[in-house]
Amino acid sequence: MNLAQTVGEPLVRWDWIADHTDDITEKLIEHLQLTGLAVLIGLLISLPLGIYAYRHRRLYTPITAVTGVLYTIPSLALFAFLVPYTGLSTTTAEIGLVSYTLLILIRNIVAGLDGVPADVKEAARGMGYSDRQLLWRVELPLALPVIIGGIRIALVTTIGLVTVTALIGKGGLGYFILIGIRQFFSTASILGAVLSVTLAVVADAMLLLIQRWLTPWSRGRARAT
Amino acid sequence: MRRPSTPEGCVAKVMISLEHVSKRFQSSSGAAVDDLSIEILEGETVVLVGPSGCGKTTTMKMINRLIEPSDGRIVLDGVDVLKQDPVKLRRRIGYVIQSIGLLPHRSIEQNIATIPDLLGWEPQKTRARVRELAEVLDLDRDLLPRYPSELSGGQRQRVGVARALAADPPVMLMDEPFGAVDPIVRERLQDQFLDIQRRLRKTIVFVTHDIDEAIKMADRIAIMNKGGVIEQFASPEEILRAPANDFVERFVGSERGLKRLALIKVGGIEVEEGPVVPPDASREDARAQMDRFGFDWSSVVDNGELLGWIDRDSLAGATTVRDLEPRPFTAYVTESSSLREALDAIVTSRTNVAVVATEGQRYAGILTLERISKEIVA
Repeated sequence: MNLAQTVGEPLVRWDWIADHTDDITEKLIEHLQLTGLAVLIGLLISLPLGIYAYRHRRLYTPITAVTGVLYTIPSLALFAFLVPYTGLSTTTAEIGLVSYTLLILIRNIVAGLDGVPADVKEAARGMGYSDRQLLWRVELPLALPVIIGGIRIALVTTIGLVTVTALIGKGGLGYFILIGIRQFFSTASILGAVLSVTLAVVADAMLLLIQRWLTPWSRGRARAT
Repeated sequence: MRRPSTPEGCVAKVMISLEHVSKRFQSSSGAAVDDLSIEILEGETVVLVGPSGCGKTTTMKMINRLIEPSDGRIVLDGVDVLKQDPVKLRRRIGYVIQSIGLLPHRSIEQNIATIPDLLGWEPQKTRARVRELAEVLDLDRDLLPRYPSELSGGQRQRVGVARALAADPPVMLMDEPFGAVDPIVRERLQDQFLDIQRRLRKTIVFVTHDIDEAIKMADRIAIMNKGGVIEQFASPEEILRAPANDFVERFVGSERGLKRLALIKVGGIEVEEGPVVPPDASREDARAQMDRFGFDWSSVVDNGELLGWIDRDSLAGATTVRDLEPRPFTAYVTESSSLREALDAIVTSRTNVAVVATEGQRYAGILTLERISKEIVA
């Protein structure tokens, strides 16, 4: 970027941005798709695993240990390791992205279910809720604020990580960051970074609103205490 | 065991029977409940009471199979509960616990509708039933759309009871249902529940550690000791009058006599004769009436109606009782008062006598300390 400035270019060339609105829209949508798919798949894997770990306590430690190891692998190394098998594909990108959501989601699902008051569960069972009804009508709804809290963290993390997948030819807004670095073109890098951050902030705020809308009772509790 | 009979005089049907029931938990060495047998009749309230760890809650939870018995048989309304689907079984049994356990994410209306919803009632029928129960339990309609966190402790307890009653179950299990509220609210809830129970005649198994609550709520009390041993199973009156052993006597505690007085109604004993004058009695007749009983006052009764009282000193300036304005009684008891209330009236009145009237202000007689103490000793 310093180089770019020495050549006499301004930090941001607005005309370039204006010329590339179609590209920007396309990459923004790609970014959203990669993120959405990753969090959705992550949730589909985490939900049964989390519920299972909650019911069978002994499995909680091994499950979080495995997902914890996945979480600690540097993303670059993971993609480098996967490319020989799955190529420069969406699959490669998603495997990486999904892996990073699992630990966060499973932990929050279990923590949310753990937080359901014991007396509520006892009363519900005593009134004749079956185990399945208890899960879907009592435990999961009451765990929702904590679970959505986990989804928000996973979402923000994934939006940031998607930019890294630009290295394997995907990457959404990461594409701009990458060409900015390669061509010493600060406008593209800044555009990619700013849009990615904005996306994360907006997505986070939207989920917060969704959570409030889905759990009106928790607002009542906040008022009461 | 003698079975109390129903008002019609026939022997009541056994609703719940536990036969040689035991429960051993893996974690502890001894049995929580060991070879317990008890029969609970239709429409009666049986209170299981005892110190903590006596197995009273375990016993109750085995009835709706929240705890599975290790041994024995439990028959509810003629059917072995261990051969039933526990989920279906529980929907036919009202269940109230101390911490209430309202569903925090559902409105009061939805909470009360829980079991009708599980049973798949028509929404209209459910709505009508919720309205009806809100009325019965004195819950304001404005509360129905609110969430449990917005209600007071007493209101939540009542919602808990309404929810348990929703599908009109023949049997209710109540585990310290009024334990989580302050004493004043608790007493109101108890009175209200007794009133409801008088109308509904549910078969109720009620668990508490509070002997006074047991005496107040129970038709029969089972006093339990460690290991689910039933030390005595009898009416509150009988337990207070004739505790079966030292354990029961210690558990019932001091003031046994006073507690018994609370159970006996004034209408249930013979009242004494006291000085009575009609309004047209002369001064001399009134004095003679007072002399006869050794009192310096007399009740004024007109054709059976209790008007008030006059004292000896005020007679000096009158020719007949009619010349005097009878003073109203500040404290008198009616036939539905308990002997304990009568005792209170006696010791707080200046004359050490309680005047007894019927509900319709008709004079019935008087009660003295001697008369009441005879009742305790008897």
